[in-house]
Amino acid sequence: MKKYSFYVMLLIGFSALLSSCGNQGDGQSSNGALSSSTAEKAYVAPGEHDEFYAFISGGYSGNITVYGLPSGRMFKEIPVFSQFPTSGYGYSEETKPMLNTSFGFVPWDDSHHPDISQTNGELDGRWIFINGNNTPRIARVSLSTFETEEIIELPNSAGNHSSSFVTENSEYVVAGTRFSVPIPQRDMPINEYKGNFKGSLSFVSVAPDNGRMNLEFQIIMPGFNYDLAHPGRGKSHGWFFFTTYNTEEANTLMEVNSSQNDKDFIAAINWKKVEEYVKNGGGTKIPAEYAHNVYDEHTHTATSTMKKEVLTVNPLDVPGAVFFLPTPKSPHGCDVDPSGQYIIGNGKLSADLTVHSFDKMIAAIEGEKFDGEAYGIPILKFEDVLAGVVKSGGLGPLHTEFDGKGNAYTTFFISSEVVKWKLGTWEVLDRQPTFYSVGHLMIPGGNSAKPFGKYVVALNKITKDRYLPTGPEMEHSAQIYDISGDKMELIYDFPTHGEPHYAAGIPADLLAPKSKKIYRLDENKHPYAVLTPSDAKVTREGNEVHVYMSTIRSHFTPDNIEGVKVGDKVYFHITNHEQDFDVPHGFSMIGQNTSELLVMPGQTKTSLWEPKKPGVWPFYCTDFCSALHQEMQGYVRVSPAGSNVPLTYTLGE
Amino acid sequence: MKKASIIMIIGPLFLLGLFSFPLWNIMLGAPQYPEPLGMNIHIDGLSDMNEFDLQNIDGLNHYIGMRTLPKPDEMWEFSTFPIVVGTMVALGVLIGILGYFRKVSYKWFLGWFILMSILGVLGMYDFNAWMVDYGTNLDPNAIMKLSNLDGTPMTYSPPLFGKADMLNFKVTSLPSTGAWLMFVGMMLTLVAFILGRKNRKFAVMKESSKLITS
Repeated sequence: MKKYSFYVMLLIGFSALLSSCGNQGDGQSSNGALSSSTAEKAYVAPGEHDEFYAFISGGYSGNITVYGLPSGRMFKEIPVFSQFPTSGYGYSEETKPMLNTSFGFVPWDDSHHPDISQTNGELDGRWIFINGNNTPRIARVSLSTFETEEIIELPNSAGNHSSSFVTENSEYVVAGTRFSVPIPQRDMPINEYKGNFKGSLSFVSVAPDNGRMNLEFQIIMPGFNYDLAHPGRGKSHGWFFFTTYNTEEANTLMEVNSSQNDKDFIAAINWKKVEEYVKNGGGTKIPAEYAHNVYDEHTHTATSTMKKEVLTVNPLDVPGAVFFLPTPKSPHGCDVDPSGQYIIGNGKLSADLTVHSFDKMIAAIEGEKFDGEAYGIPILKFEDVLAGVVKSGGLGPLHTEFDGKGNAYTTFFISSEVVKWKLGTWEVLDRQPTFYSVGHLMIPGGNSAKPFGKYVVALNKITKDRYLPTGPEMEHSAQIYDISGDKMELIYDFPTHGEPHYAAGIPADLLAPKSKKIYRLDENKHPYAVLTPSDAKVTREGNEVHVYMSTIRSHFTPDNIEGVKVGDKVYFHITNHEQDFDVPHGFSMIGQNTSELLVMPGQTKTSLWEPKKPGVWPFYCTDFCSALHQEMQGYVRVSPAGSNVPLTYTLGE
Repeated sequence: MKKASIIMIIGPLFLLGLFSFPLWNIMLGAPQYPEPLGMNIHIDGLSDMNEFDLQNIDGLNHYIGMRTLPKPDEMWEFSTFPIVVGTMVALGVLIGILGYFRKVSYKWFLGWFILMSILGVLGMYDFNAWMVDYGTNLDPNAIMKLSNLDGTPMTYSPPLFGKADMLNFKVTSLPSTGAWLMFVGMMLTLVAFILGRKNRKFAVMKESSKLITS
């Protein structure tokens, strides 16, 4: 074996020699990540920490996965829109309300675009927001507990795709509809789409102290598809930009019928103006139905409230607030550079990128140089707002991020590459292949006023042969490039969970120090919590049995319960009495029609069990908590319905 | 004698540090405790190094049948030690003041130092006895009953001073800020004694030289 690896090393060394000879001058090694200096760049030694957190959307997993950069190691999956049996999220009585909607309990969604809260245009690391695309929702996740704290549903929206992006001071998290629909919803022929369907742009305020979200107003736009968005920043703060496609307003065979116009639009919204209009009593309240779900860290419990109306704004009622910027070839990504001057439309059916100038846009608006209107909304002249065109040589540009050093990086889906180009001169500086068909890319802070331009992560849609095959279904692949030099350098390649769309990255030192280690038991305000083992008890109210149970290494209090009957609804309220970092306890009951619970130190979670058969049924701790973990178990005696076994609960008797 | 007396007044005041700083510190590190658990021993009770450390040490100790760590009212030492220290501080300062006004001789400084040293040794002896009892006198129904290689039951007394391995834990027991302040204070009283004696000799020499010249 030793000899064998010696030969391998020799071979690798030799081929490195060969390739470095062959490629002198172009700065790229065909060995890619194999050459030792490259490998070191992604190497984070055992026990060492990564430099950045990366929050990668899970797409159809409905969740967010947390990775480290540059190592590509996965730290956690944060359940957001999907039931998560691993922790009991969406299964426990406390978290079921989180997934409540106007359509009832929706246990899944398609999460796309995470965005970290900002102050003065810079990442502040308080919360991360993410959209649910399918049943339109926005979630807020705490970046001290890494748990979902709030989910608000968006009425009048469908395909909540140009979402969820925060403004410079997290005043709003903004969400546009991808699918226009009848507003309000009604029974009507589909082919009467044109002129009748509408697109809503939702502005959800974020309370500065606790992050609570409120749907302040919806701008009701023409029936286009509002695809992606980003806020203005710096000089363009107060504006929001949305790409559109299907300005044809087609309703069938969209891939052809919505690709006919040479140019669609970027919608520029002066939200400050709309906000002022609304504050002065403008807008129309219309009936709507949407859920607002809030999780409280101290009661460890979520509540769901159904809201009944929403304030809508007709853009024609707010002159000077909404304009259309013609942008070629069904633009997808809509990205704003760190200075706020350039608005990039990534025309996905084109080879080129269109860059608009904010200054030129303002000049054109002030000069009233309009090129007609669409449903009363002024269209600016393409030439008047154009700052430049990036002749990329690639095909299918989707998304652009920035390194804060005057460069931009754009993904090309069709030609599978990342292209680096210079803002202002529009010159292409470098290109690197991706594996394969890259969608979004992410530079930590890359869509804020202050990017941390050290790494870019390419998030691909197609994996094919990158890893050992796992049957027809595979995880997606991602590549990490070092962008600290003039040329991008591929340093690592790793699989991602679900289907990643956008991601958000942040320096570890902004988050790690405030990451919570435990929940304090003395701050536990759960109504069914037991704060000392002597408070543990079992009570009966009709056929509802409430078990107030505590856990500590390595026993449940109580662990023997009698007097439960078939037909009862047994609620196990489990409080974890540990106050030690990383000592959760689990709970599971045989035959239970729900998931386990994983209860963090100081936390209370509730599991419902409806026993169906008489007998003596065991429960146990599912988390290998200690040396006596196997002993952490108990029994519930279930008697036939109508029997009169007295209700008792004991430990150690 | 004035200088020596002032030092004698200051020295014992350093012992007041024992009322705010811990006397001793015991740290317990293990593979699964990369951030070690720590216990501070004050003259009036035990405290966490990091919040919940005592609770977590108790949680671990219950496996091997150790009693829970004592609360202030569960050991007479925690109410007696503050009185002893307070009294000694007052006594030391009083001796210093009396020395300043030449009511007592420098020998009293040494006397205080010796008394404090005896009390210190007694305190250490008592502390060690408690640790031996705490680590040896185990619950007969302990979850884990381990034996040494020679078959005797394993005990878990932490070291009085230095490092020791206890099962998966590496235990470090060292004097803490309060003890160092006490050490400095006591040394100052010793300095006061030495200075006092030097001055005395010098004064005697002066006296005798006066006698000779006159």
